[in-house]
Amino acid sequence: MAEAAKSRSEAVPALPTWPDEIYRVLKDAGIRQVAMVPDAGHSRLIRSFEADPETRVVTLTTEEEGVAMLAGAWLGGERGVLLLQSSGVGNCINMLSLPVICHMPLLMIVTMRGDWGEFNPWQIPMGQGTRPSLEAMGVIVKKVDEPDLVASTVQGAAHLAFNTWKPVAVLIGQRVLGAKNFKELARK
Amino acid sequence: MTNPNALLHRRDVVNELLRDRADLLVIAGLGAPNWDVSAAGDHPNNFPLWGAMGGASMIGLGLALAQPKRKVLVVTGDGEMLMNVGSLASIAVEAPKNLTIAVLDNERFGETGMQKTPTASGVDLAAIATACGIRTSRIVRTMAEVTELRDLAHERRGTAFAQIKINPEALVFVMPPADGVILTTRFRQSVLGDEALFN
Repeated sequence: MAEAAKSRSEAVPALPTWPDEIYRVLKDAGIRQVAMVPDAGHSRLIRSFEADPETRVVTLTTEEEGVAMLAGAWLGGERGVLLLQSSGVGNCINMLSLPVICHMPLLMIVTMRGDWGEFNPWQIPMGQGTRPSLEAMGVIVKKVDEPDLVASTVQGAAHLAFNTWKPVAVLIGQRVLGAKNFKELARK
Repeated sequence: MTNPNALLHRRDVVNELLRDRADLLVIAGLGAPNWDVSAAGDHPNNFPLWGAMGGASMIGLGLALAQPKRKVLVVTGDGEMLMNVGSLASIAVEAPKNLTIAVLDNERFGETGMQKTPTASGVDLAAIATACGIRTSRIVRTMAEVTELRDLAHERRGTAFAQIKINPEALVFVMPPADGVILTTRFRQSVLGDEALFN
């Protein structure tokens, strides 16, 4: 009986641990300013930062504001991170000139849409355009599709950004985040 | 329509804003505000933009949050401010005490042939800033008001915003260094000390 209960509880997928892991990684990297337009995939990480008196979480009206804000943070000696969804990458393009031409670090953590298992066709153009448009602007892009590799990918990206003064984006794939099925949601 | 002869001259305005600047940190928006700030004197505590249109005020926010004991003044144009006018909402929510945003409003896109911006049709940036929650927000039309704004920028009494109505005159370009690495490095070295060169 006890055995059966145990095996049932093991069958329930555990909460993903990578949001907590990247919170630790970002804290270790000295992140003090968090600029974000929220995405469901970032909600747990955002809650961790909001509960942290050492970090300032700034909600943006558009993601490019965050690129500019974190340039200002760097000018003032603070490190930050930009949390955004892949659709928001498109809003950043010209503003990325700033960290690129000024050799400023920029760490972007992008949760993907229009990627693996997407249900919403309108997410496809920017989702598929995310990597090439970042790379066209000179941003170093690292994609991660395995939950176990998210933390180490973010850690490597943070080192790259802050030690070599480069804009670096980590793309967290929909395989990690889980794709919603809106057709199912519509039936509920 | 306002009599253009009664409008303030942009370089007089900026010279007054930067009078006895002490340790003021200055972000200058691209185009004429950059040339105006540079005409008042090149300075390591200036970060003049040659691009990144729409970013000046948010650079000011990130800097103000990182350096809460320093005073940060953003000098930019109406076109630049309008490009990311949502920034005023983001900034109003954070409300850093040490940030002043001065918009030099000539109601024109000056660098591209003096085409009218929305402020020429009455769009009221100061009212937008007020509506976002920036309580110290005003339209400035006289040098006496510019002096008041200069004094506000040197205090740390709350985020301030001003839309300064200026003459749409085209003046000689006075350029700061254009290399972003030089501008960034000298600013960081000035603000953070030589340590900035090592990380």
